Amino acid sequence: MTDLMARVVVNVPAEAKKGEVIEIRTLAGHPMETGFRRTQLGELVPRDIIRSLVCAYNGVEVFRAELHPAIAANPLLTFTTVATESGTLEFRWTGDNGFSVTEKAVIKVV
Amino acid sequence: MRVWLLLLFPLAAAAAEIPLAERKSGYEFMSRETRAMQDDEVTGPAVLTLLDGEALWGKLGCGTCHTDMKGVAARYPAMVDGKLTTLEQQVRHRNPNLAYESRELLALTAYVARQSRGMPIDVKPVQPNLDAGKAFFFRRQGQLNLACANCHDDNWGKKLGGTPIPQAHPTGYPVYRLEWQSVGSITRRLRNCLTGMRAELLPHGAPELVDLELYLMWRARGMKMEAPAVRP
Repeated sequence: MTDLMARVVVNVPAEAKKGEVIEIRTLAGHPMETGFRRTQLGELVPRDIIRSLVCAYNGVEVFRAELHPAIAANPLLTFTTVATESGTLEFRWTGDNGFSVTEKAVIKVV
Repeated sequence: MRVWLLLLFPLAAAAAEIPLAERKSGYEFMSRETRAMQDDEVTGPAVLTLLDGEALWGKLGCGTCHTDMKGVAARYPAMVDGKLTTLEQQVRHRNPNLAYESRELLALTAYVARQSRGMPIDVKPVQPNLDAGKAFFFRRQGQLNLACANCHDDNWGKKLGGTPIPQAHPTGYPVYRLEWQSVGSITRRLRNCLTGMRAELLPHGAPELVDLELYLMWRARGMKMEAPAVRP
């Protein structure tokens, strides 16, 4: 009935001390279809996965992950970085069938 | 054959209801990691469904009539227009084109159920539905000749296929189930059990399953709602 959009959620502390290690949690809504499963009629279900997540902190890449089949649906990726300066963290998920979602989070470093 | 089955289920004859004080949510049988997933209110797996539900709630204009849905999910199944009705069925009342187990219906139901989190289950013991549901729970059925009670009353806490058997209290539906990799309804879970028992697979919305859901909620009366929960 309704076309539900692809959803992502990121959790970044709003404020951090300079030099502090901050935890970043990202959740992406995705079926992560492995490409190894078959339908009841024996036809292969085509692979449909997220291939990568890249996080850039004020334009500088601080984290990159490659995803593969057999990673669960709706992957939650948690990583850390050092709070260097106030600015924006940009997240980009890309995957099969033209999957591409970006999300931004603002951090204030004091 | 009979001896073999008796060996498998030595306590089958007991078939007694769990005393109210000894009831445990499925949460208590889960691993630390799975509990952490349920407790994560920001990036837990069911968050995506809740966000979808919130968006649909606005899109369909549910808020025009409904303001506060607090405690609503804790009171279902309930009598609506002379018919015992589940929360899912009630969510469909203005949107009958929402299919059972569709992403949209689950999202809306989860969004409503979330607003009862932490509240005690408070269903009315509607008759004759409650007795019918209870009879279903204790009736042996299927090719394995099992009743729900054989596992969930008599053998809870033991293991089946390596995982603990919970007490079957529906405190967290719709749940995000790791086995499903998605959110699903209590009916989907009950149908899973029927398949496991090799019993007749009742369709979504079957009155027998609605009665059973009422009995399960009555059995869990007073326990805290956790919807949308995470289960393994």
